[in-house]
Amino acid sequence: MAALPTAAADMTTVGLPVLEVEDLRTVFLTDSGAVRAVDGVSFTVGPGETLGIVGESGSGKTVTALSLMRLLEEPARIVGGSIRFQGRDVLAMRPDELRDWRGNHAAMVFQDPMTGLNPVLRILPQVSEHIVSHGRQTGAAARHYAIDMLRRMGVASPERAAVSFPHQYSGGMRQRVMLAIGVANDPVLLIADEPTTALDVTIQAQILDLLCRLNREFGTAIVLISHDLGVIGAVCRRIAVMYAGEIVEEAATTSVLNDPRHPYSWALVNAVPRLDTPAGVRMTSIEGSPPDALSSPPGCRFGPRCPFKVAKCDAEHPPLIEVAPGRRARCWVTADGRHLPQPMAATAGTFRAPAAGARPLLETQGLVKHFPLRKTSFFGRQQIMHAVNGVDLTLLSGESLGVVGESGCGKSTLARLVTRLYEPTAGSLRFAGQEIGHATPAEMRPLRPRLQMVFQDPYASLNPRMSVADILAEPLLAHGRVANRNQARVRVIELMSMVGLKPEWATRFPHEFSGGQRQRVSIARALALEPELVVADEPVSALDVNVRAQVLNLMLDLRARLNLSYLFIAHDLAVVRSFCDRVAVMYLGRFVEEGPAVDVLSHSLHPYTVALISAVPEPGRERVVLAGEPPSALVLPSGCAFRGRCPVGRDACAEPPPLAEVASGRRVACHFPGSFTAGGRSRWRCTP
Amino acid sequence: MNVTVAAAPPVLVRPSRWRRRLRRYGPAFAGAAVVMVWMLVALTAPWTTPWPPNAVDVTRRLLAPSTMHWLGTDELGRDVFSRVLYGARLSLLAGFSVVLLGAAIGTTVGIVAAWARGFWDEALMRLTDLVLCFPPIILALAIAAALGIGTTNTILAMLVVWWPKFARLGRALALVQRSQEYVEAATVLGLKPTRILARHILPNTLGPLAVLITLDLGNAILTFAGLSFLGLGVVPPTAEWGSMVAEGRELVEQWWVATFPGLAILSVVVGFNFCGDGVRDWLDPKAHTR
Repeated sequence: MAALPTAAADMTTVGLPVLEVEDLRTVFLTDSGAVRAVDGVSFTVGPGETLGIVGESGSGKTVTALSLMRLLEEPARIVGGSIRFQGRDVLAMRPDELRDWRGNHAAMVFQDPMTGLNPVLRILPQVSEHIVSHGRQTGAAARHYAIDMLRRMGVASPERAAVSFPHQYSGGMRQRVMLAIGVANDPVLLIADEPTTALDVTIQAQILDLLCRLNREFGTAIVLISHDLGVIGAVCRRIAVMYAGEIVEEAATTSVLNDPRHPYSWALVNAVPRLDTPAGVRMTSIEGSPPDALSSPPGCRFGPRCPFKVAKCDAEHPPLIEVAPGRRARCWVTADGRHLPQPMAATAGTFRAPAAGARPLLETQGLVKHFPLRKTSFFGRQQIMHAVNGVDLTLLSGESLGVVGESGCGKSTLARLVTRLYEPTAGSLRFAGQEIGHATPAEMRPLRPRLQMVFQDPYASLNPRMSVADILAEPLLAHGRVANRNQARVRVIELMSMVGLKPEWATRFPHEFSGGQRQRVSIARALALEPELVVADEPVSALDVNVRAQVLNLMLDLRARLNLSYLFIAHDLAVVRSFCDRVAVMYLGRFVEEGPAVDVLSHSLHPYTVALISAVPEPGRERVVLAGEPPSALVLPSGCAFRGRCPVGRDACAEPPPLAEVASGRRVACHFPGSFTAGGRSRWRCTP
Repeated sequence: MNVTVAAAPPVLVRPSRWRRRLRRYGPAFAGAAVVMVWMLVALTAPWTTPWPPNAVDVTRRLLAPSTMHWLGTDELGRDVFSRVLYGARLSLLAGFSVVLLGAAIGTTVGIVAAWARGFWDEALMRLTDLVLCFPPIILALAIAAALGIGTTNTILAMLVVWWPKFARLGRALALVQRSQEYVEAATVLGLKPTRILARHILPNTLGPLAVLITLDLGNAILTFAGLSFLGLGVVPPTAEWGSMVAEGRELVEQWWVATFPGLAILSVVVGFNFCGDGVRDWLDPKAHTR
């Protein structure tokens, strides 16, 4: 392997900070005025340092990243401040200097690995192109180096990249390729904008690991942008919290996580359920939404939403104040070095266990769904997607069951089978004692009001051409629950106030609402017919953490008030744990472990559950980085489906394990339950 | 180096909204204006024409354009200007009725096919393919000839060849809508299929359909004029642009007889095309970010 040029080979740059940003201001020119997306951001990144930028969507973190690389186009414009890269003024660079600088000294990795690669070019040339175009190496040498780079990024059999196209790679593999391209020229600085947001949690763990290694082994400075404090905590030593275009707090990551000094960071830290939060606890959420970027309030921008507000906050805009050695916060409350109080230990135990003799509301036995795929050629073999491969579940009335798993494990298909959007290929499906597996649409119609669904994407689940009042009145009128439009209006107002929407918004259309508000409309629509069971397919995964906390709290309240049962589909273990009585872990279309939520997540018996939990980036958590990716659902593996990735797989695993009851109420599909624990392995913290 | 940034005070104003719109939609506005003028002409023809369109006067045949006859007269001494104005009525009527009826039939077929899937999807779409595999003009010609000369028959013949493209588009759009979560939500709410189709799927397919309809109007007018040129469209002596061009096609000296109806066809077709382009750009979600 060729010796890598060291990051800081140029002696003149040693010791200089890699990146100095001073009072950066970026605006978007719109018809209604200049929107200040980044408004006076300053920070410094030293050689080999890791800085995380965190904030909700719209806080300006991505625009900051794009400004750093000068990748913005009209109508966005940098109107003030300076960016210095190893002493060079980035804002004064000519286009040719910029071209040489980008990708050579500073590189960027984007969020979506699906669109980051050119679909008509093979993988390898896309990597070596960057090496050749910056004159680092030529031809064959560059290709060898690119293969080497791909291998270091953990791309399986990198030689294959010479003949493969991007669509043949999975999302995780593509993000590795993007990283290989990013670091191919051994840049001093890598900017990663939400690099793992589109990936599954076990793949995310692999990529975060890779970022840590880059920083440790090559001394690459990293600016990591994410909405997820856990992700930042896993990689970055320092953190900058952004709100409404400003940095509101900057400090060491551990200090922010344990003792946030700005109320907004406080809200972010406490809005996220952690795996050790007691079940049934309401999350801390702050009301309101970020200020209008066109006319920010004269005082503190967080003031209107702040639970700790004092009189001064409305009048004067706080500067970044040094509140403790090495940490700054933009807040009058903590300016004198005060701590913010811990959130109140909220009402735990709102769950009441279902009555002993509760009847099963939903029962499936050996539920199977296979999708025949379109043949690729006339003589081609008919391929079948094995989405769900035999699910047995029982959901008691008043209970809430969580189903977790990585993407492609069949959990969304399961939700659509249960609500009979799909017809099962085999198996039985009973709702309230009635077999509905093959019921016709007309037979389903009278049952529909009792069985409702909340969808994942708040932008796609509401008809854009209907007002909220029409959306909510439609099911009432269709099922004859109300006699006329006037009665419907009364009920619509009732529903809207139940989910925390203002009644005067009834005439608005979906595009006038934020994501969280749309999800509230979605929930109100599902509740309009007073269902017994609500199937929720990832209802909060598209929302910001604070909004997520609001929606989860709402769903918890409604459950208690309306005696609902939930089938809650999610990929986020902490959310499931705080929300559900029981949880089932799904892998390749089957349940591998099922039981009371607290037991399953704190004393997991199946190796996959152990790995899944340990992959959640929470600082200090013991972790196992699971190698490989879930197998394809086109050809089911023989024996235990998890065998290929299992750290404790043995010969006996060639026999498929049944989902057997190992303790009262706990079922595991493993020959050696409990034989694998995460104890004694490395922890989530990359820099010492 | 900050000096360079500070030296030029940043201009925080975009070019005015109207200027940007004009640059973007200028041709569309012009096209719409032309179409509007023709519509107005068609509506008011009985009151604005200087001469009755079918008044034959052989003593005044083939007169060159003059103050009396602005666009001259044809072989039978009829005023070309009056006939061009009257021709607009028939052309626009034929264009609108063919395209709107064709769109209504085709979209219904397409949406039903997409919703039903399976046998009915196959059956309806193969029928669509069957019609599409004939050259449209030739097929319309054959049908119109079989039905006999006349405006209604020609419109019927054109309808037969016109609906399939809307069926294709309607089906593609409905398939996209079908997999949208709000359609799934409507199913879970237990709404009847007719209601889902009418309230959820159809309204969300109207945008792209509107584009095709506008772009197609010019096309339909051109085809109708073409059929008339071949002697199928209208019964003489009805004033119609296609047949007027046909009447003047051998008169080289008297160029005005064929030229002016030809220009009328050109202007209305180009007008509709510019209009359609504008509607397409306007409905393009990416257009609004610029």
